[in-house]
Amino acid sequence: MKNPFESLDKVLEHSVRLQIMSVLVANDSYDFNSLKEVIGSTDGALATHIKALEKEKYISVSKSFVDRKPNTKYRVTERGRKIFKAHLDGLEQLIKQQKG
Amino acid sequence: MKEINEYEKDLASIRSIMERSVKFISLSGLSGVLSGIYALVGAWIAYQTIYSPLSPVGYDHVSILDHPASIFKLEVTGFLVLLSSLTTGFLMSLQKARKMQTSLWSSTSRQLMKDLAIPLVAGGIFILVLLVREYYVLLVPATLLFYGLALVQSSRNTFSEVMYLGLTEIILGLISAMLPGYGLILWAVGFGAMHILYGAIMYFRYER
Repeated sequence: MKNPFESLDKVLEHSVRLQIMSVLVANDSYDFNSLKEVIGSTDGALATHIKALEKEKYISVSKSFVDRKPNTKYRVTERGRKIFKAHLDGLEQLIKQQKG
Repeated sequence: MKEINEYEKDLASIRSIMERSVKFISLSGLSGVLSGIYALVGAWIAYQTIYSPLSPVGYDHVSILDHPASIFKLEVTGFLVLLSSLTTGFLMSLQKARKMQTSLWSSTSRQLMKDLAIPLVAGGIFILVLLVREYYVLLVPATLLFYGLALVQSSRNTFSEVMYLGLTEIILGLISAMLPGYGLILWAVGFGAMHILYGAIMYFRYER
């Protein structure tokens, strides 16, 4: 059997990143403030982790203006979706092996 | 490398976050019950205007066209029912959102609004056209069908009860299209009784 640790992703080890990805995989797009609220994180921490995910091309960012206020929306990329799914499968297998 | 129970925690948090991020949970069930009561009051006024003292349940051959003077009264009644339901729904959801310390205005609620708005605006304009052209026989089916479609469309962003309420409204709308004489009673069931029923289910499941 394949070692489940292989499908775990280093970038997603961090739980805030994993949470950001969960929200974006479940929704078409999400803005910064809504993301902050649903995850319950601070501005700074959230921005850092979003940057990390963006750098790895797991998520894409689109900026626009609504009533002259900047409105930033995040979307998951195909690459991000694939890696996230593999990471989840890895987690599941890992837990199954430990329990079985 | 993390401990195994940390991975378990990760998995659990993913599940709850996905659920919370997709669903608009500030929707108040109790406001649904109140809207149902408003609708029943409205239906009762309409019944008094058109049918009384005929039985409200039987197949009625009475038409609103027999009472042209009361059409305006019914339009005002309908508008007031709509207005009071929307206001109650908004205020009680605002209150629920405050209690849960979340905001009413989020990615999820905006998506919900968009999904609701398209069928409701289309239906609203269609109903105004029906009123202007005096196709009164289609009014009840049109309100039930468009409302039902809007609910089904928006249900992916809120409680699953909303989808069942929507399907019920669609079925009632189709029945009323076939049985025009039962229009008022089917309208009272769809907008009155069903709102009370589903609102109460949501209240007991999520708000207590």
